[in-house]
Amino acid sequence: MDALIEYSPSLLAGAWITLQVALLSLILAVASGLLGAACKLSRIAPLRWWTALYTTVVRGVPDLVMMLLFFYGGQVILNAISDHLEWEMIELNAFAAGVLTIGFIFGAYFTETFRGAFQAVPAGQMEAGRAYGMNGWQVFWRILFPQMLRYALPGIGNNWLVLLKSTAIVSMIGLADMTWLADQAGRSTHQPFTFYMAVCVLYLAMTAVSNHVLQRLQRRYNVGVREAKV
Amino acid sequence: MTLKPNTELLRVEDLHKQYGDNEVLKGVSLTASSGDVISIIGSSGSGKSTWLRCINFLELPTSGKIIVAGEEVKMLPGSKDALKVADPRQLQKIRTRLSMVFQHFNLWGHMTVLQNVIEAPIHVLGLSRKEAMERAERYLERVGVWKFRDTYPAHMSGGQQQRVAIARALAMEPEALLFDEPTSALDPELVGEVLKVMRSIAEEGRTMLVVTHEMGFAREVSNHVIFVHQGRVEERGNPREVLTRPNSERLQQFLSGNLK
Repeated sequence: MDALIEYSPSLLAGAWITLQVALLSLILAVASGLLGAACKLSRIAPLRWWTALYTTVVRGVPDLVMMLLFFYGGQVILNAISDHLEWEMIELNAFAAGVLTIGFIFGAYFTETFRGAFQAVPAGQMEAGRAYGMNGWQVFWRILFPQMLRYALPGIGNNWLVLLKSTAIVSMIGLADMTWLADQAGRSTHQPFTFYMAVCVLYLAMTAVSNHVLQRLQRRYNVGVREAKV
Repeated sequence: MTLKPNTELLRVEDLHKQYGDNEVLKGVSLTASSGDVISIIGSSGSGKSTWLRCINFLELPTSGKIIVAGEEVKMLPGSKDALKVADPRQLQKIRTRLSMVFQHFNLWGHMTVLQNVIEAPIHVLGLSRKEAMERAERYLERVGVWKFRDTYPAHMSGGQQQRVAIARALAMEPEALLFDEPTSALDPELVGEVLKVMRSIAEEGRTMLVVTHEMGFAREVSNHVIFVHQGRVEERGNPREVLTRPNSERLQQFLSGNLK
């Protein structure tokens, strides 16, 4: 117990890193997801092909492998480029690499979530908008987007929970997130159980708060939907 | 509505529409003057709904002219099947003058009844919120659903939803109302309430174009009826004459199947 108290400030600092990585990746993933969904639903065939390649590859390769590939493989490529141009060595930052990789990976999941949600909005809703003189932008923002969100929220919630937990893999590229710190503390005090349990509790606390927020969001965006009756 | 009767509001000239090799409309025309109530009848697949949807360009015609209150909608050659809209802003403006009521209501599901009715007047016509609310109250009262103003469409019956959709159309104060089979998706016991509302707004002298299967409405409310068969106008005229003494064999067949 004493060890836990001693290490708690650094564990909490690690929790803050975890949260930062998760939130920044989320922003990146949502942005990529919206863009990806737009491409998948686009009339331009090459855009659809590239996005299909993106979602297929990302969803078929383990997150950890992709992270290691980006970080270490990326460093090798960067070195080759900087050598060639006779620049000084550019070092890949673990934090940035972590955020970019997780954002890139989850962008693929968000692409599918948003694509499904956009398609779930009945065509008649947009048609009514056009028939009443709205321009394309108004139809998108005032009708399609809010209704799409309603269908997307359960998927967004799911993706977020998986994303949050996936941030643990940044410990593998040496970023001092809470999993990495717990590992270090567990080794040096010979109490791995205590520290991994503490990390579990911290993750649970984060997901519990997330669930609460998600439920409130869903209630908000589900207005006007009749509950399904079984 | 301040227009004097017999002002031409809408003219459709030689409208064609094809999907691939299938020509759905083979050159149809009509003219509506203010106060006209025109019923377009015909069996399913005759092209009557496509005709109506081409009038506000929810479907792009293959060729033909649409003239709304003297202003022709500008079109350019597009693909083999469809013309291209030359000026989207002009089309948006023209659409505000032709409000549409859909078969499946198409009320916006994430908005309350009131929000549905004030949406386009505020965001398309640019009315103030206060003006839009006055219109909403007037027209929701008019169709008898003001008490549902804070309800979401999913919690209402089809008949109530369709009456809200009519109020939404009236709130644009358009030159003409387009009805696309407004009672076809309703349970039989709900058809009456919608027809009653349509009849009463027709009696106010509003210009209406109604694609319908309701022969009673066509005969008693409209002053002109158009029978469409296989993409062509087969017969047209005064409903009392056309529907009681049809000339064409097609219409005779259609009516004997419909008027029991």
